[in-house]
Amino acid sequence: MSEKVLMKGTEAIAEAAISCGCRYYFGYPITPQTELSEYMAKKLPKVGGLCLQAESEVAAINMTLGAAASGVRAITSSSSPGISLKSEGISYMAGCDLPCLIVNIQRGGPGLGGIQPSQQDYYQATRGVGHGDLRLLVLAPSSVQEMAQLTVEAFDLSDIYRVPAMILADGALGQMMEPVDFQSIERRELPEKTWAACGHNNERKKNIVNSLYIDPQVLEDVVDERYKRYDIIEANEARSEEYMTEDADIVLVSFGITARICKTAIKAAREKGIKVGLIRPITLWPFPKKVISKTAERAKVFLSVEMSKGQMIDDVRLAVNGKAPVHFYGRTGGMIPTPEAVLEEIKKLADNINA
Amino acid sequence: MNNKNRIKIVCGHYGSGKTNVCVNLAMLYKKRFPEAKVALADVDTVNPYFRAADAASQLEELGIHPIIPEFANTNVDIPSLPGELYSVFTKDSDTVAFIDVGGDDGAVALGMYADMIKDCGYEMIYVISKHRPLIADPEACADLMHIIEDASHLKCTAIVNNSSIGTETNAGIIEASLYYAKECSKACALPLLFTSYFPEVCGNITIPGETLFPMKNVTKQIF
Repeated sequence: MSEKVLMKGTEAIAEAAISCGCRYYFGYPITPQTELSEYMAKKLPKVGGLCLQAESEVAAINMTLGAAASGVRAITSSSSPGISLKSEGISYMAGCDLPCLIVNIQRGGPGLGGIQPSQQDYYQATRGVGHGDLRLLVLAPSSVQEMAQLTVEAFDLSDIYRVPAMILADGALGQMMEPVDFQSIERRELPEKTWAACGHNNERKKNIVNSLYIDPQVLEDVVDERYKRYDIIEANEARSEEYMTEDADIVLVSFGITARICKTAIKAAREKGIKVGLIRPITLWPFPKKVISKTAERAKVFLSVEMSKGQMIDDVRLAVNGKAPVHFYGRTGGMIPTPEAVLEEIKKLADNINA
Repeated sequence: MNNKNRIKIVCGHYGSGKTNVCVNLAMLYKKRFPEAKVALADVDTVNPYFRAADAASQLEELGIHPIIPEFANTNVDIPSLPGELYSVFTKDSDTVAFIDVGGDDGAVALGMYADMIKDCGYEMIYVISKHRPLIADPEACADLMHIIEDASHLKCTAIVNNSSIGTETNAGIIEASLYYAKECSKACALPLLFTSYFPEVCGNITIPGETLFPMKNVTKQIF
């Protein structure tokens, strides 16, 4: 595509996945991410790909595992309850060291919850999706352009480190429309998939993709090797955006759509002379600890703003490490925080600093 | 737009701007014919978030009666339509009804009323956009129109060019979309009614020989 197009967040992920060579999509419909499947169903057959609506989320994630094991780029998407169903398969993929992209367009929970946007799956994405010692690369876009950009980035990082990647977005980002430029998305050289089980023609040793290890010592060694890769990821791949933090007394930490709301509130607070800024984690794992820790040397107070009862705040507190108080503001149930409400929270903190 | 056909349907691809076109047309109609009984029905059973129901209070202030599905903008995904919708399609109704249809074959929801709608007399506007990738090609645009017609059991009567790229739209982008609109008009074998745009984004635009429709953005703004 040679010029900017207007797309929904879900469509931008689908188009970006296709543009970076992904030809296999496995999914099961759930609001608010179904347009991703629909786009894939319309577009993939035209480019020689396969879009398959599986009989369940469990089937879809295991089809993704099979495709990824053969060395192709594969993607699956769902919304919160569907990701819970996929969690066993995600753990198996982590155990098999398979790259893939899992998209979660979050809705309100727990349980069936509701179809309106939420960020309540932060713990699930960064801590608890599936059993065992495992990590996912978790990227949190904040615009439709980033939905596209970070989709390509997530595929690349997943291939480089052989760790499954997740795009953690929410229903608002999935449904809203903004201009997207696919041309500006950078490409890079990627390692050859020498481990893929794609047929050896008697020309090399067979590759086995597996997460079962009969000898406990071998399993421990495999997990240890994987954790060395996790360490490299933590050292090199944490990403964040800083907004007006240079002189900020009050630092908001917020990701995804909520960060956009915070920026509007920050602009309004700055007009009132309040020194406030934002750190927006772009990767949720690895979490941008260093940036927050460095900012905590100088900032007086932090405010974590989330569409949850407070999940990312745990990571903010660990990064701040007692150097400053960390407060929280959030909404749930599909209620989106308003810029006015965030501004009120900022004003309260400013009054406390001055008191 | 005339006052001959009482039912005015707005259909099109997801994200082509159907809701804004539909709501703005209803507003314009009410302004031109203040005595008319005007209703706007949200018949979108597909889109969970951004829809005509968002503009309900604005419509009411202007004396336009909103007909909104019971579960619109709630936490459930129940594609039920309000019983009241039936009443505007009855022969003895004198309400001028603007119908905001769901994207693509979401128009299937309208199909059950097709015979009644035909009896009332209708026009059906197909909204197109050069910047929506799946209808960026005039042939693809015509293919989707046929899918919508099959789903709704109704025929489109005109197209509206709403080639926006959101806040980055400008007069040049609108002007550059006219060739696409004319190609689509040929491919769909339908007249181009007008080209719509937001003056709050692009300023006021005049292009000699073209009908332009300035609109107000009525969709929900989150930040």
